[in-house]
Amino acid sequence: MTTETNSMRMSAPNAPATDADLREVALSRAEYDRAVKMLGRHPARVELGMIGALWSEHCGYKHSRPLFKMFPTTGPRVLQGPGENAGVVDIGDGLALALKMESHNHPSAVEPYQGAATGVGGIVRDIFTMGARPIAILDALRFGPLDEPHNRYLFGGVVAGIGGYGNSLGIPTVGGEINVHPSYRGNPLVNAMCVGIAPHERVMRASAGEPGNVLLLVGAATGRDGIHGATFASGDLDEAAMERRPAVQVGNPFLEKLLMEACLELLETDDVVGMQDLGAAGITSSAVECAGRAGTGIEIDVRKIARRERGMTAYEVMLSESQERMLVIVKPNAVQRVRDRFARWELHADAIGVVTGDGHVRIRDGGTLVVDIPTRLLTEGCPTYTPPAAESPETVERRAFDPLQVSDLAPVDIVAALTRLLSHPDIASKRPVWETYDHTIGTNTVLGPGAGDAAVLRVRGTRRGVALTTDCTARYCGLDPYLGGMHAVAEAARNLACVGAEPVAVTDCLNFGNPERPEIYFQLREAVRGLADACRALFIPVVSGNVSLYNDGIAGAILPTPIVGMAGVLDDLDQRVGMAFPPDATLLLLGQATATTGASLYLATVRDIEAGMPPALDLNLEAAVQECVRRVIRQGLVRAAHDLADGGLAVALAEGCIAGRVGCEVDVPDALSTAAGGRLDALLFGEAASRVILAVAPEAIGRIEECAAARGVPVYILGRTTETRQFALRGIMNVPLHNLITAWENALA
Amino acid sequence: MKCAVVSFPGSNGDMDAVYALSDALGTPAERVWRTETDLSRFDAVVLPGGFSYGDYLRAGAIARFAPVMEAVAEFAAAGRPVAGFCNGFQVLTEAGLLPGVLMRNAGLRFRSHWVHIRVERSDTAWTADIPRGTVLRLPIAHGEGRYVVDTETLHRIETDRQIVFRYCTATGALAPEANPNGATAHIAGVCNPAGNVVGLMPHPERGAESLTGGDDGLMILRSLLVTSGVAR
Repeated sequence: MTTETNSMRMSAPNAPATDADLREVALSRAEYDRAVKMLGRHPARVELGMIGALWSEHCGYKHSRPLFKMFPTTGPRVLQGPGENAGVVDIGDGLALALKMESHNHPSAVEPYQGAATGVGGIVRDIFTMGARPIAILDALRFGPLDEPHNRYLFGGVVAGIGGYGNSLGIPTVGGEINVHPSYRGNPLVNAMCVGIAPHERVMRASAGEPGNVLLLVGAATGRDGIHGATFASGDLDEAAMERRPAVQVGNPFLEKLLMEACLELLETDDVVGMQDLGAAGITSSAVECAGRAGTGIEIDVRKIARRERGMTAYEVMLSESQERMLVIVKPNAVQRVRDRFARWELHADAIGVVTGDGHVRIRDGGTLVVDIPTRLLTEGCPTYTPPAAESPETVERRAFDPLQVSDLAPVDIVAALTRLLSHPDIASKRPVWETYDHTIGTNTVLGPGAGDAAVLRVRGTRRGVALTTDCTARYCGLDPYLGGMHAVAEAARNLACVGAEPVAVTDCLNFGNPERPEIYFQLREAVRGLADACRALFIPVVSGNVSLYNDGIAGAILPTPIVGMAGVLDDLDQRVGMAFPPDATLLLLGQATATTGASLYLATVRDIEAGMPPALDLNLEAAVQECVRRVIRQGLVRAAHDLADGGLAVALAEGCIAGRVGCEVDVPDALSTAAGGRLDALLFGEAASRVILAVAPEAIGRIEECAAARGVPVYILGRTTETRQFALRGIMNVPLHNLITAWENALA
Repeated sequence: MKCAVVSFPGSNGDMDAVYALSDALGTPAERVWRTETDLSRFDAVVLPGGFSYGDYLRAGAIARFAPVMEAVAEFAAAGRPVAGFCNGFQVLTEAGLLPGVLMRNAGLRFRSHWVHIRVERSDTAWTADIPRGTVLRLPIAHGEGRYVVDTETLHRIETDRQIVFRYCTATGALAPEANPNGATAHIAGVCNPAGNVVGLMPHPERGAESLTGGDDGLMILRSLLVTSGVAR
């Protein structure tokens, strides 16, 4: 593909790469041969580094790209689907919502504070790069058991890093998840999601535009931190990886705040053609991606890039992942104006290169040409793999486990089982964590952490609200990745329905082990298929996402964890509900009566058995339940709503009562006891999809039953809430609410 | 009646203050840059929350050297209303316009939640519309909010009635569990001897609307109208 003249302008012919060279850039020999064939020669050192970075799993999505075709990515609200820094959807009133979720697992495993902090920094840049002002951050976190010191250290560092960075930026952290499972030992998951708002006409895309446009590098000077971060994130987390602290970047939220304000101000002018943040693979990926989207070339002189230290080579400059840097592409006549504007924010902007018309990426080091590669080789040349997939027989066997084999819960053990579940980190109060996150800044937080099944933010200047959540029950995915993937979408959408919101978009973060192993690739493929099928059935487009593979810690591969970040819209914020049960309300159960302890948190925690078939999911019923919940909330018939998830009926009741500081008197309907086959464990702690508890005024019951009947959704009257703080299920248990609160509140403190 | 909200690099509560003053209170407010040297066209000045200059070195320690701070000092010396919320409070103490210092929270953690504070005097520029003893519910969000003074200064500011707000329970009792950061004598906010300069760690600007959790903060902002003779 390359011309002789170009090759001749490079210095002497390059030697073939050695195995050691290839290890450094994480390319296989076959991939190297492919690059040589496409290039028509052996690549020079900097070229090899760039190819390695852009063909890494992290940048090139080698193993996952073919699977993305399954996702529905279009819809009437979609303004920008996958392929940009973030997805963008219409939320009405001429406003657009940008959303994206991204992992920072590998860096957080090695250096938890900086890994998590820079994860937040990166996802926030992705949002303001689109021209949207970030309004909220959510974090989906997974750790190994917290009673083990190393996991506790990772947990503490990650939480502090998220708070340290997000709080300084002044973006509220309003939600997320924390789950604990042995498979995340030494390989925590840190998935940060950010959403922002922009008027439609200000939505910006990261494209280089016309030849002659100038590339400005803005923000921090370039240092040696984070070199090979992208390739590092694309390998297993073995012991050697732990020695790679230098591959982790260090964050400066103050600089990012200036960068954000300056960029948003700049985007109100017409001087900017494109904007791209520098994330994984630094200048290499941002410059090449901009050129790739525009179908142009670029030329950069690394000598013009401001550096933090002397003696940095072109290779190091091109692959540095120093944080808080942006590539801004401006029209030639606007360069000075834009530089002046950045200077007002005390930010340095250097013209480092230009957009060219011949489709080549050329990097100079002063007078020496060190890179001359066709843009397309870097952006589209990356091979994709569809490796063999085969479900692990061990999983098949565990799934076949019949939970009825386990003896039923004895009546005397019910309270102990409930308190055990309430103090499990997956369920317990996350207050000790979210109290360290600023969740009130911005003065748009209507339902903050712990207040509802999803966070709700006001869209300033309108009556509308945006609802946000993240979800994934990895336990289900581990036993049945297809079903688990569907559940993740269904539960996220159900959470949005429970605050009264209509889902509008999904961003996902696919966290899996090494895809070169057939059982892992099977999990990845099936989980994506499950996500896609559920999104299609519920009419929710996937507009952005991220993949993190090779999550193999000391305990082996992590549970397959396809985290769903979902945004919804409320047309009128006055029609919203939280999850705190008010006193003297009637409690209704909408949805199916049947639940199973298969794959349940109860079985895993109380019985120490992680096996069985996860709950079935009927997407038609799911859609009907959600539609019904949304409808009755909008009609003002509902005072609180809470979905049933981990821990089943008893835990959901306890959560609603604890949140509202009320007691309850519940008479379990016969239909539920019968559906549980007379078993207490299935009745109280069995899990199922498509179930929601509503707290309503007694006079609202009739209209809710009508709404449900019209959609074929069963309704059961459970009982009522009381001002006496006694948690009572007639004939089953009667315990002071205080005992439950103590178990629930102190687990993470 | 027009308010200035001072923006330092790293301020992040400046727009919250502008929205609270303009939308919730209905008083024109605009952001002024740290380079501003003349504030005479304004009737009140707010130093907002945030992490001015990254709070590197110490919260507020660098912001006090910004050019605008001389204008703020002149404005204050003229007896006109100045308030600092959170980081703004830290800046005012660093600038010597208010006594005491704000140290790292006793628990060493950033804390973001709603607290109760008791109004200790109702004759400052920012509490003129609030009866003494009133309990306000407001959010806090800070890592360095523990108010500290030496014993002698504490004695002096108590004698001079410079303590404006104290952390308390919902019913107004002073209790250790209601003190979120270990502040000396439960102090949440103080004023200068003249009572025109007030600083507090809680965020009145974030507590100005019931939609977002409560509007007790409006009482503090509304006091400004009384002080300026716009209301009552």
